Amino acid sequence: MSATAPARPKINAGEIAVEGVSKSYGALQFRKEVVHDCSFTIERAKLTVMVGPSGCGKSTLIRLLAGFEQPTTGRITLDGGPITGPNRDRLVVFQETALFPWMTTWDNILYGPRARGELSRDAREFGEFLLNKVGLQDFRDKYPGQLSGGMQRRAELARAMINNPKVMILDEPFRGLDAMTKELMWEYYSRLYEENRRTNFFVTTDIDEAVFLADRMLVMSNIPTHVRAVIDVDLPRPRKLSDLVESDRANDIKKQALSILHAEAMRSFSRGSKAAADFVEAYLKRASRA
Amino acid sequence: MTKLQKIVTNPAFWRGMVSIVVFLIIWEIGARSKQWMTPEFFAPFKDLLAAMGFKRNYLPWIGAVPAPSVVLASWLTVLGDASYWQSWYMSFFRVMAGFIAAMLIGIPFGLALAVSRTAYGVAFPVFEVLRPIPPLAWVPASIIFWPTQESAIAFITFLGAFFTIVINVLGGARSIDVRYFQAASSMGSSRWDIFRRVILPGTLPSIMVGSAVGMGITWEVVVAAEMISGGGSQVGGTRGGGLGFFIWNSYVGGSYEQIVVGMISIGIAGFASSELLRWLGRYATPWLKAR
Repeated sequence: MSATAPARPKINAGEIAVEGVSKSYGALQFRKEVVHDCSFTIERAKLTVMVGPSGCGKSTLIRLLAGFEQPTTGRITLDGGPITGPNRDRLVVFQETALFPWMTTWDNILYGPRARGELSRDAREFGEFLLNKVGLQDFRDKYPGQLSGGMQRRAELARAMINNPKVMILDEPFRGLDAMTKELMWEYYSRLYEENRRTNFFVTTDIDEAVFLADRMLVMSNIPTHVRAVIDVDLPRPRKLSDLVESDRANDIKKQALSILHAEAMRSFSRGSKAAADFVEAYLKRASRA
Repeated sequence: MTKLQKIVTNPAFWRGMVSIVVFLIIWEIGARSKQWMTPEFFAPFKDLLAAMGFKRNYLPWIGAVPAPSVVLASWLTVLGDASYWQSWYMSFFRVMAGFIAAMLIGIPFGLALAVSRTAYGVAFPVFEVLRPIPPLAWVPASIIFWPTQESAIAFITFLGAFFTIVINVLGGARSIDVRYFQAASSMGSSRWDIFRRVILPGTLPSIMVGSAVGMGITWEVVVAAEMISGGGSQVGGTRGGGLGFFIWNSYVGGSYEQIVVGMISIGIAGFASSELLRWLGRYATPWLKAR
């Protein structure tokens, strides 16, 4: 497609440090702590995946990282500077789609540069490059409602990447896609990452997704959430799903992460959580298969 | 041509046609009940109908209505009459004046209530007290407030559309998904930018819905206002008082078939205005049909 190298901004990978962060909602007896004394680092130019049970407070953490909300205690810094509000250097790709339904694919992708008044020729060329990269050149003038689920997620990745963020934050971006499309998206997304090595923070409940994508994996506790374990996923890149299914190392990591999640689920199961009961049952089935 | 073929081959089209034709036939036969109904036919129901207050010897309700053929004949005579078209013009003028004013004031007002907590706090309580007052209850007050009857009628039609439009705009703007705001502000949007590129297009579907409903209310209100105020206009004297006055005048003059002509004229006028609005709506929100 691109005989001449298109104008591509230099990737500027950032590092986020989360130090002793807690977040509570409500007051007095209604006070509920969602994040409890959470500390971790989202390392520069690495793909960090946070995996934890659903409803454990992951989305709250994302809102803190994005700057939509402030932590109750503790601090979050990007390259040493405190996070005070939403900014284009930390962009969130949301669960389901947050593409603007009233804009075409092309206008959605160009949203950031246009909003900041930076719609230069270079920005358009970079937009064109990204449009091709995510394979949507034929859907340039379609509205999000006319795209498939997988296309919408790809358009959203492009809409984030055009802003050249220091950190990309993805909140269960492939949730709600069917199994086949999901696997396709894993390979797509992991190729995008392998090509540009931006700092990525990916949140999911899906352990297979986590192991396939991650450089580092943060396994979270139940609500109020904090980091239970950090696992380095030292599988070679570029990764392919077919290789990974047969990899013993991948299966070991999965088992390790699952056993931590299992322990967490047992704990909240004993407190009467129905979701945890489902997890325990699923875990036992899976363990007996292995 | 293909579009016409599509319509003609569609069973729904023929169902609709049959429905209209059957309706007209029943109406024609029923309206001519004086001619074909004998006292014997009427006898079994005599006591029941008498108890309900019907005294004459023809089908109740429908027997008192002029037949469609008579209505059509009467319609053909008024088609060449300038005062009939003057009525159309007057009603359309009032509806559009009130409706456009309601849009021009209602849409910014609704958006202001949605985006500003202060505006909401100050204006909404008064708005909510005034909203349940039916536009027609404003007729006497409005005749006192406004210097001319024309402006009084326009004001009443304005009220008919205004409250509906404001409520729809407010609800629409409030129901925009918070993620759109988060996404926009992350990507560096200013407040004005969010208003222009997120709130405005996000509210547009609700604006169109509110306008369509408001347009319907406007027609109801204008006709009633014209009947009550006696037309009001000085143009062409009492003969150019709008379609509502046309109906009322026909009633007073005892020309029953013209009442029906007036009613159907309003039906057509209301349909045409809604259709115009739907067309504008499709044009303004192209992403909604693209699914």
